Amino acid sequence: MSARREAWFTTLCVVALGLPLLLLLVLFGQVLVDSLPRLSWDFLSSFPSRRAENAGVLPGLVGSALLCLGTAAIALPVGVGAAIFLEEYGGNRRMARVIELNVANLAGVPSILYGILGLALFVRTLGLGRSVISGAATLALLVLPVVIVAAREALRAVPHGLREASLALGATRWQTIRRVVLPSAAPGIFTGAILAVSRALGETAPLVVIGAVAYVTYLPDSPRAAFTALPIQIFSWISRPQASFAHNAAAGIVVLLALLLVLNAAVIVLRDRAQRRAAR
Amino acid sequence: MVRHTDREYEGELRELNDRILKMAGRVEAMVSRSVRALVERDPDLARATILLDESVNADEVEIDEQCQSILARRQPLAGDLRFISCALKMVTDLERIGDIAVNLCERAIELAREPALTPIAELGQMALLVQEMLKEVADAFTARAADRARAVIRRDDMVDELYHGALRTMLSLMSQDPRALQRGIHTLAVAKFLERIGDHATNLAEEVVYLVDGKDIRHAGKRAAPPGV
Amino acid sequence: MSTAAAAVPSTPAADDAKRPGRAKMEVRALSAAFGSNQVVRAIDLDIEARRVLAIIGPSGCGKSTFVRCLNRMHEITLGATVTGQVLLDGEDLYGRGVDPVLLRRRVGMVFQKPNPFPTMSIKENVLAGLRLTGTLGGTDAARVVESALTSAALWDEVKDRLDAPGGSLSGGQQQRLCIARALAVEPEVLLMDEPCSALDPIATARIEDLIHVLRERYTIVIVTHNMQQAARASDTTAFFLHGELVECSPTERLFTHPRDRRTEDYITGKFG
Repeated sequence: MSARREAWFTTLCVVALGLPLLLLLVLFGQVLVDSLPRLSWDFLSSFPSRRAENAGVLPGLVGSALLCLGTAAIALPVGVGAAIFLEEYGGNRRMARVIELNVANLAGVPSILYGILGLALFVRTLGLGRSVISGAATLALLVLPVVIVAAREALRAVPHGLREASLALGATRWQTIRRVVLPSAAPGIFTGAILAVSRALGETAPLVVIGAVAYVTYLPDSPRAAFTALPIQIFSWISRPQASFAHNAAAGIVVLLALLLVLNAAVIVLRDRAQRRAAR
Repeated sequence: MVRHTDREYEGELRELNDRILKMAGRVEAMVSRSVRALVERDPDLARATILLDESVNADEVEIDEQCQSILARRQPLAGDLRFISCALKMVTDLERIGDIAVNLCERAIELAREPALTPIAELGQMALLVQEMLKEVADAFTARAADRARAVIRRDDMVDELYHGALRTMLSLMSQDPRALQRGIHTLAVAKFLERIGDHATNLAEEVVYLVDGKDIRHAGKRAAPPGV
Repeated sequence: MSTAAAAVPSTPAADDAKRPGRAKMEVRALSAAFGSNQVVRAIDLDIEARRVLAIIGPSGCGKSTFVRCLNRMHEITLGATVTGQVLLDGEDLYGRGVDPVLLRRRVGMVFQKPNPFPTMSIKENVLAGLRLTGTLGGTDAARVVESALTSAALWDEVKDRLDAPGGSLSGGQQQRLCIARALAVEPEVLLMDEPCSALDPIATARIEDLIHVLRERYTIVIVTHNMQQAARASDTTAFFLHGELVECSPTERLFTHPRDRRTEDYITGKFG
């Protein structure tokens, strides 16, 4: 009786797992088939064009790369700093609890609101314009909670004994954090950062709001330059009526997916290496 | 009394305690029977008593083994440690007293073959005294009473005095009557044996004091046994 | 010992302070708490120079907290408070203007779980104390490494792989590495908080042997819940119960004939 029930439950689990996987596979297959006519080196290295067969994703690719770098450059120091404050210095103080609450709440805010915030704060108030830097700053805000949570997790995973050992050797708190805690937490922090950046890579809504341009025929030459990003490009192609642009969109999706896959692979490699070191 | 948390350990220590008491009882019985064999000139009783020594020897071996086992397995400390080291020494003294009782019985057999000697008062008193000491030291051990053990030690002085008195009496007796020489020598040995039982009883008492108070009072002379306590 | 003392010219007072048996640390009315939870109550205790003091007691008796007060590690825990005095060579550790960071270089500590820094090699671990605090300066790193590892009786086992990660050593070796790391800072007092509780008997014997050697140069306080270890390794033993010091006696005396009934009950296993 119980064995049969067990088998029944196992089947249910397999179906629950298999169905979405199948769906995903079908979707991906469709996109891949659609993209085949357009996937080529030229597609990666060309600018957009009115003629679908000449259009490429180069500005989107470069824009997305710049956004990622910018996001990481802003979110990482701020996020890790906040995490260090909360984990190492904050303790139970009121201030720390207020920050903690805010971080938790920020993680639940819809991304479009970040776009609006970015538009108001970076584009208008700070006068940075509809630029790469505004986009990166906005995305940095968006992923900050992710970075903070991941960094705190990584810091918390560093055995308390290591901090005590360092303090007992006559190191100050900061010396301990810099030389002992951060090196140990680094793999975890970078894992979180890359996951955060890969989330930023896929974001469209906030970029649309702050005004990323869909049709860019040059590469951004300064942080203040106008820009586009892969998701924006894909979005714009999809909204065209011509079928040939749909192939472009599909190819764009494949490029974006490949990029995400590379980033996630990097995470796995990093985590694996960290685990092997911890196991030793 | 507070018990050990480990009840098996508690049981082992109690068992050891009981074994020592049983051995002490057997030794006491051997001494009293050997004295009776002497007084009543009863060689059969003496022979029967000699046979008892085997069980006393067996006791010694068993208790030794149990002490070793507790030392190895329990690593006793403080009072328990003193108890084990005390037990190891006590069995040696008890076993020696058993041997002396055998010697007494052998003399009893020899003396029974000869005509009776004039009773010597000191010898009778000595025999009574050392038996009392043995009984008292066993009680002090049971009650873990250092003061009672100390009283036993003080009584040994009286044993020594009696011994010297007996010696003098015997010497004058033998010098008056050379035919009594053979019996006299046996009787002298009896006095010596009784005196040595007193010494071993004193050792036992010192061990009990160490067990209870943790103070080593051996070789300390009379100063270590304050009169009043 | 006496010849070495004669060879080193020093003032009588300084000489006196270094003599074994002299109080290196004096604890006066020391109490410690976590929030409202009082874990150490009014301890008075002298810690003799170049002797080994063992602290025993049941779990939660405050023995670990007590030693952590001796190098002001207790206060790094949130809500931890300390009152009373701890004098190191006559100077109050809790006095005004005493920097706990500098103090901890004089009073080193080894912990229950071997905790070499996992991101550092064996060599870097030994030098960690000096590097962390930026006091390595011009001193010869190689010499510091060799002498600290030799003092910790680990040199021969690791001299050919100083660049291997600290985590690659066995548990006992890791603990000796931690001892070497603590010694490299050249402390005067070494606190050991249950240093062998994670080690097998052979590794434990190595550490205990090491303690016997180290006591020639350092004042050592070792917390242990292993009474046999206290009996083997220490000169003086203190028994803590419910945050109070019940008895502090020469080790030999405490384990054969303790003064206090509670000590007797504890060490003979008559508790609870």
